Amino acid sequence: MKQVKEFFKPHGTQTDPLPIADSPVQAGFPSPADDYIEKRLDLNEMMIQHPAATFFVRVEGDSMMDAGIRSGDILVVDRSLEPVSGKIVVAVVNGDFTVKRLVQKGKKVYLCPENPQFPNFCVDPESDFEVWGVVTYVIHRAI
Amino acid sequence: MFALVDCNNFYVSCERVFNPRLKGPVAVLSNNDGCIVARSQEVKDLGIPMGAPFFKYKELLERHRTTVFSSNYTLYGDMSDRVMETLKTFTPDVQVYSIDEAFLYFPTVKEAEELHAIRQRVKQWTGIPVSIGMARTKTLSKMANHLAKKQKSGVVILEDGDIAQRLQNFPIEDIWGIGRQYGSFLRSKGIRTALQLRDVEDAWARKHMTVVGLRMVWELRGISCLPLEELPLAKKSVICSKSFGHPITDFEELCEATSSYVARACEKIRKYDSQATFLSVFAVVHDRDDHYYPTYKNSITLTEPTAYTPHLITEAKKLLATLYREGARYRKTGIMLGGLVPKTHAQLDLFETHGKRKEQQDKMMTVLDRLNAEYGKKVLRSAAEGKPTPQWGMRRNMRSPAYTTKWNEILTVL
Repeated sequence: MKQVKEFFKPHGTQTDPLPIADSPVQAGFPSPADDYIEKRLDLNEMMIQHPAATFFVRVEGDSMMDAGIRSGDILVVDRSLEPVSGKIVVAVVNGDFTVKRLVQKGKKVYLCPENPQFPNFCVDPESDFEVWGVVTYVIHRAI
Repeated sequence: MFALVDCNNFYVSCERVFNPRLKGPVAVLSNNDGCIVARSQEVKDLGIPMGAPFFKYKELLERHRTTVFSSNYTLYGDMSDRVMETLKTFTPDVQVYSIDEAFLYFPTVKEAEELHAIRQRVKQWTGIPVSIGMARTKTLSKMANHLAKKQKSGVVILEDGDIAQRLQNFPIEDIWGIGRQYGSFLRSKGIRTALQLRDVEDAWARKHMTVVGLRMVWELRGISCLPLEELPLAKKSVICSKSFGHPITDFEELCEATSSYVARACEKIRKYDSQATFLSVFAVVHDRDDHYYPTYKNSITLTEPTAYTPHLITEAKKLLATLYREGARYRKTGIMLGGLVPKTHAQLDLFETHGKRKEQQDKMMTVLDRLNAEYGKKVLRSAAEGKPTPQWGMRRNMRSPAYTTKWNEILTVL
């Protein structure tokens, strides 16, 4: 029997095709807005520049509170961006994920929390350290 | 020039992206946790072959503290899409060849640095390491990729100058499309290397290996015979089948499993606006001897093309009844919907009363698909499919979270 190979795309960003400005009203008057319809705003479009490289992660803990990142928030992480000093990043330190601000001073690299209760962390050149991605947006639930 | 981009230990690499602690040996098991389908380098180094039965190597794996996963195809599928999308930033000419491989076409040869840049971007964007082989033909690019993996250089470009020497050291079985069976035939004829195969007479290749083999020989000579297929071929058939967690003897249980595969397959073909003209049902018996699994199969041609689930379930159950043997232990059943035709081309049956009834069936299936898409799989299903979490379901005891497709399973960071 022939092997059938197929791939399904999970629902990712939904970039809808342009809307059809087609009035459902058959009899009567066409909507005066028909000629002015534009695509409805799409958060994916605003928050995701590189869909292939963008991941969502959830925050646990308050180490980045002063940067507006609270426990339970969802971060939009773009792996395609260059992790330069000053950016908030998701990093892997000795196998653990952490979100901190990346600061480079001379040859030293720091992962800085934004909460006075947490100490700065200088990355030991010996340690297993890697920037996983750059945080581009914080999604915080307000209700 | 073709470049074959192949993800290294793909399933294992996917797991590692979201679990950086997995530095040591990692293995991923097939559906049902039966066989080892992906191995990290450490596991390969233990001498555990691809596709090996898990139970046979369980102890060895444990002794080396191997992390073992059930397969998480949701995750692998999404990561595959991401890799392919990233590749398309380099050229629109990408043929997705399998879940972890793609052919890229470039009009001219690339420098090694340019291919390394592709690897680098895929690694950065998706976390997946890839190897790239480049050559004049697809067959040669596959070979170049094989060498890139073997040498751990990540990139190999086969250029006209050094091809002969590379082919001379390349075992015949490792050529794309040859395999063990053809390989041993060729060996019996004294052909042991790719170079020897390249240099056979056309007539000989055609006689012993058909036109497919001749094409292969030409490809080895650097004459491209297999162009890039950008669009996946229109599907001619859909198969839906799975192994059971444990052997089943009960007819009703078999019916439930089979019905749910019919439902799944119907949903798939409706998505492509297709209808089936042909239905096959097969059942695999679990014999005492672990290596012998006789398969029983029966098929019918449908009186009219259809994608209507209830009708196909009825037919599938009839077919299953012809295969079923009391007392036999079944390890797997499956169905195939064949002879797929687009809905609009469907030929009408002279004796069927059309119009309203067909229209109603169509409507019902549209509603079913929409509800299932909106509220989750199987919200609405045929009673024949049985309860939502059936006894016969797959074993997937060690599956990682769906990090990229379920909100409640995304990665957590501190």
